[in-house]
Amino acid sequence: MTDSKYFTTTKKGEIFELKAELNSDKKEKKKEAVKKVIASMTVGKDVSALFPDVVNCMQTDNLELKKLVYLYLMNYAKSQPDMAIMAVNTFVKDCEDPNPLIRALAVRTMGCIRVDKITEYLCEPLRKCLKDEDPYVRKTAAVCVAKLHDINAQLVEDQGFLDTLKDLISDSNPMVVANAVAALSEIAESHPNSNLLDLNPQSINKLLTALNECTEWGQIFILDCLANYTPRDDRESQSICERVTPRLSHANSAVVLSAVKVLMKFMEMLPKDLDYYGTLLKKLAPPLVTLLSAEPELQYVALRNINLIVQKRPEILKHEMKVFFVKYNDPIYVKLEKLDIMIRLASQANIAQVLAELKEYATEVDVDFVRKAVRAIGRCAIKVEQSAERCVSTLLDLIQTKVNYVVQEAIVVIKDIFRKYPNKYESVIATLCENLDSLDEPEARAAMIWIVGEYAERIDNADELLESFLEGFHDESTQVQLQLLTAIVKLFLKKPTETQELVQQVLSLATQDSDNPDLRDRGYIYWRLLSTDPVAAKEVVLAEKPLISEETDLIEPTLLEELICHIGTLASVYHKPPSAFVEGSRGVMHKRLPARTGSGEGTECPDVGNAAGGSAPEAAPSIIPSQGDLLGDLLNLDLAPPTTTGPTPSTSGMQMGGMDLLGGGLESLLGGDIGGSPAMGAGFGAAPAVMPASLNAPVGGGLGDLFDLGGGVGMPMGAYIPPKTVWLPAMKAKGLEISGTFARRAGVIQMELVLTNKAMSVMTDFAIQFNRNSFGLAPAGPLQVLTPLGPNQTIEVSLPLSTVGPVMKMDPLNNLQVAVKNNIDVFYFSCQYPISMLFVEDGKMERQVFLATWKDIPNDNESQFQIQDCHLNSASNKLQGSNIFTIAKRTVEGQDMLYMSIKLSNGIWVLAELKVQAGNPNYTVILNESKYISSLRFFQ
Amino acid sequence: MIGGLFIYNHKGEVLISRVYRDDIGRNAVDAFRVNVIHARQQVRSPVTNIARTSFFHVKRSNIWLAAVTKQNVNAAMVFEFLYKMCDVMTAYFGKISEENIKNNFVLIYELLDEILDFGYPQNSETGALKTFITQTGIKSQSKEEQSQITSQVTGQIGWRREGIKYRRNELFLDVLESVNLLMSPQGQVLSAHVSGRVVMKSYLSGMPECKFGMNDKIVIDKQGKGGASEEAAAGKSDLGGSGGGGGKQSIAIDDCTFHQCVRLSKFDAERSISFIPPDGECELMRYRTTKDIILPFRVIPLVREVGRTKLEVKVVIKSNFKPSLLAQKIEVRIPTPLNTSGVQVICMKGKAKYKASENAIVWKIKRMAGMKESQISAEIELLPTNDKKKWARPPISMNFEVPFAPSGLKVRYLKVFEPKLNYSDHDVIKWVRYIGRSGIYETRC
Repeated sequence: MTDSKYFTTTKKGEIFELKAELNSDKKEKKKEAVKKVIASMTVGKDVSALFPDVVNCMQTDNLELKKLVYLYLMNYAKSQPDMAIMAVNTFVKDCEDPNPLIRALAVRTMGCIRVDKITEYLCEPLRKCLKDEDPYVRKTAAVCVAKLHDINAQLVEDQGFLDTLKDLISDSNPMVVANAVAALSEIAESHPNSNLLDLNPQSINKLLTALNECTEWGQIFILDCLANYTPRDDRESQSICERVTPRLSHANSAVVLSAVKVLMKFMEMLPKDLDYYGTLLKKLAPPLVTLLSAEPELQYVALRNINLIVQKRPEILKHEMKVFFVKYNDPIYVKLEKLDIMIRLASQANIAQVLAELKEYATEVDVDFVRKAVRAIGRCAIKVEQSAERCVSTLLDLIQTKVNYVVQEAIVVIKDIFRKYPNKYESVIATLCENLDSLDEPEARAAMIWIVGEYAERIDNADELLESFLEGFHDESTQVQLQLLTAIVKLFLKKPTETQELVQQVLSLATQDSDNPDLRDRGYIYWRLLSTDPVAAKEVVLAEKPLISEETDLIEPTLLEELICHIGTLASVYHKPPSAFVEGSRGVMHKRLPARTGSGEGTECPDVGNAAGGSAPEAAPSIIPSQGDLLGDLLNLDLAPPTTTGPTPSTSGMQMGGMDLLGGGLESLLGGDIGGSPAMGAGFGAAPAVMPASLNAPVGGGLGDLFDLGGGVGMPMGAYIPPKTVWLPAMKAKGLEISGTFARRAGVIQMELVLTNKAMSVMTDFAIQFNRNSFGLAPAGPLQVLTPLGPNQTIEVSLPLSTVGPVMKMDPLNNLQVAVKNNIDVFYFSCQYPISMLFVEDGKMERQVFLATWKDIPNDNESQFQIQDCHLNSASNKLQGSNIFTIAKRTVEGQDMLYMSIKLSNGIWVLAELKVQAGNPNYTVILNESKYISSLRFFQ
Repeated sequence: MIGGLFIYNHKGEVLISRVYRDDIGRNAVDAFRVNVIHARQQVRSPVTNIARTSFFHVKRSNIWLAAVTKQNVNAAMVFEFLYKMCDVMTAYFGKISEENIKNNFVLIYELLDEILDFGYPQNSETGALKTFITQTGIKSQSKEEQSQITSQVTGQIGWRREGIKYRRNELFLDVLESVNLLMSPQGQVLSAHVSGRVVMKSYLSGMPECKFGMNDKIVIDKQGKGGASEEAAAGKSDLGGSGGGGGKQSIAIDDCTFHQCVRLSKFDAERSISFIPPDGECELMRYRTTKDIILPFRVIPLVREVGRTKLEVKVVIKSNFKPSLLAQKIEVRIPTPLNTSGVQVICMKGKAKYKASENAIVWKIKRMAGMKESQISAEIELLPTNDKKKWARPPISMNFEVPFAPSGLKVRYLKVFEPKLNYSDHDVIKWVRYIGRSGIYETRC
């Protein structure tokens, strides 16, 4: 039987012919016709016109034909919803069929038809199938609940399917359990706080039992679900680990990787001195190595994951260097990944072997691979001091090959070696100089120029060499120009007598003939320095350089922790958090490793990455560090003597931001903001705001800030502006650091950004884009960074925002995902804006209207919370500065009541009542919203 | 989870397209074609992200299989599934080719409907699938048969059905090893490992409980301490084996993985391998060893450049196993530079030929006994080039087949128990065979 003929018909009038055949009396002809229809559908032809005719064929006892018709239905039902209703009867009937295969087929297909009217009819059959006597039907029905939830979540909740699904976790059949777990995990992902997958020791035990019995795929679902659980203590953690380790011998690599994920995560909780901890570490290595004998695509996934594991726990694979040696026939993507891991594992013990290998690789064909290999040799030199000499001689050998890109790459890394080991290997400079002419890449040219300038006193013809570069000065890239300028100034400081002319020439080129402001500025600075105080110039230009770090390309620790929780998944392949590539709220939740029990660290540190799936019971209510908290922290610390160290480094990203601010940005905080923003002054006057623990919505925090302001006396008017925080650390963005804040100035929301280039190369072509967000924030104009951003330069930009962009609910509500592009790459980060920024100027409500509205709002929309320790004497004025308007004030039973209104940029009104008890600095705020927006979790 | 699955031919035409999730649109089919199949530069990763949609692909001959998703799926699972799908298709209609796929597209859709539900892989054991996806209609099944099918598909032992009967109970064990080597020109072993498979073909009645034993160092050491009683019992049913090189007692296995029929928790606790096998052929176990490997051949290269236009190559191969054993299908591949204009070869044994299209001299020897030595020498003439880049001497590679296990692995026993039927372990006819093949067996020159 050959079905390929169905692919070939393309003549005109085909649809009519098919129509006739579909309505034919002969069964065989009908089947043939349906096959043709499916073939046309596959190649992308529109055959939706045949809908009624195909559906007519549905009533048949031929299972093959039935399946084909169902396939057609799944594809076209959405475009023909009214016609699709015709199929309902057959579905309902099939769900009662004595043959379990047909019952399952019907319920499986029905779930794939995304037509509202049909889903209504689906509920009853589905309920029956979930309790069917046949496990095959039950396992199919379990998945169907997830399908239905995707179409209509409310319906699933109303019908109580979620409870039935939970019951299936205790089913006697392992495959039903596995599918129920998969379905529940998926549903739980879109309801972060539903606590749907109520994981507790009992249910975990059930899952672990099913794990031994179900199919390979089921084992993956269960292991992935287990990874979301947080054991109560180290003993529970160990017992789960013990039951998961046998999975490491499974033939399916995905089962192995998911088991590794569970173990890596739960290991965090085990005390390091435990014997079992060591045993577990030893058990992890062999299966990871075995993954490398799988098919190349799986090897790639495994290698990307091993890269993470090696960074987190280098001890696991430290003796396994050899397995990462590149094979000649490995696909290029495997080769590049192996090379990365080799460098990470390089140590004094194995460096000889590694170097021999790298040298071998440097003669291969693939340009990218060869470059990476050469660079790797340089990194070995920097990492393992004892090997530096051998590395340098290897690099020299490579330079002798005269292969252009090898030479250039080698020169770039030799520059780094010079920096790491000053005054050690300068004898090779002569060899480097021989290759001056062949360098055509800016990075290599800049590196070479740097070397010449740095060691000008040892190179006899340094002036000639640099002069030769000067001829085409204007054709060089900025990177090279800057380097050339500096190098010549260095040369001049070292040999002033012979090079006066040269330095004048370069200074005039840089200051007079160049349009590049960076170059010009640097030129002027040197000029001024040289002309006023040559001694100072020497101190500045020839100052000792800071050491360069040993490890490069390390993943930032918070991200690494999150990625460890995602082992085996796409996130671990991309080395990006899921939020960077997944749309919407699904799976964007941050995961983090559990804290070691007993240390108590876990509960103290601010909790940004909410525990996975909302399933992990948190010991204490988590406090999201709103700007206010951060400010409080900083001020607290600042008041202390300067010798105090910062808070102990913790796992939280936000805390890191705090650290950054403390270190680098302190002057901007104190200098800039005291003058610029009155809010800060207020903060100084008052005690740092202490948020009630229940207030874990960032919005509430933002509001707290506002009240906090009230504490100051005689403050000028103006909206609250939170201090700048680091949104994108340089480590994550190839050297680009972005910090910023939001402000509302003259009715326009501004995003104030500080871009700092901490990389070695110049950044240009900046652009910015927002993901859809809760209030439709979007840039109102392009990002105004007109000049290239040179190394170590900082630029402040103000970006006006509009609120007319596309809207999508975010969690938390005020979360904003931003993409910033420059000439190097695109970087993603997310930040939270103070909700107060969205309060518009015309937010003052008429008294009458206020009263009427206040009464109309249902109680459901009301929420209360308390603010402590605020001195709110002249609060209303301050609040008005932030567009919170006081409508009325009255005194009842010794309590002052303030009524206020706020209007958000999207037209939602918020009404608030503020109760002030005389003599008691605690305030109760009652909030009422005029529109039902509780789904937005506006105020908790 | 997997949002959709597409199969393309080499031109990028869609042969099969099945969408499981609403977030995958029709344009995804084109996105993959444009950005991967028709990409100007060869794509350098099996995972591609195009406009927030991730594509996983594998290639079988010139057919592309792509899985699509918009979520953070388990990437390892997606690839495992794609391989599995290839296995299933091969089991149903043979080689994966454009013609076969077009001929069986209805069947493929039926399979895809069964093994992937809403993007979640379901039971994909061919044995189970073949009981109810047959392409002939299943009207004739009795109710009993139906429930048997469903209990097999969902059951604990999804890989075997009940009520199998054979007149002659027989089983075949193949120990297939591929030995991998990377050696430096000076004869230093840079890396060497054996990756082995134990393939079992069983024709046994009922639901037989099997127990498999080999000379695993951990087991042997444990038994040494515990007393020799079990050793003796095992010795009785010892299947023996024609070992290759040394008379090693036990071997150290670095790591092993098992077919899903093996009870992993039992292996983890007692290191015993017990299972109920699927009927017919299955890969019982995979393992890897790195210690004390018998390297069947040693390659000694000698390359000399004579001026800029001539190369002299001499390669000696030495066999390193019992003289009574014979290696077969020996092939040595000596790479030649791209600018080779002519080659003269002299070899003592076998046939050698210069293959210009492959840029290599291929030297074939049909048979070679152990502890022997053979040699080839060649003169390669080169065209003068102005290419500055030196020739990146690829390694000399070797292929062969030997009748022993280079890891030293021996099967000690395979016991069969079927309590319900009246046949015992002694009635089962058992066969064991050892084959060692070359994996990537390279010597740099």
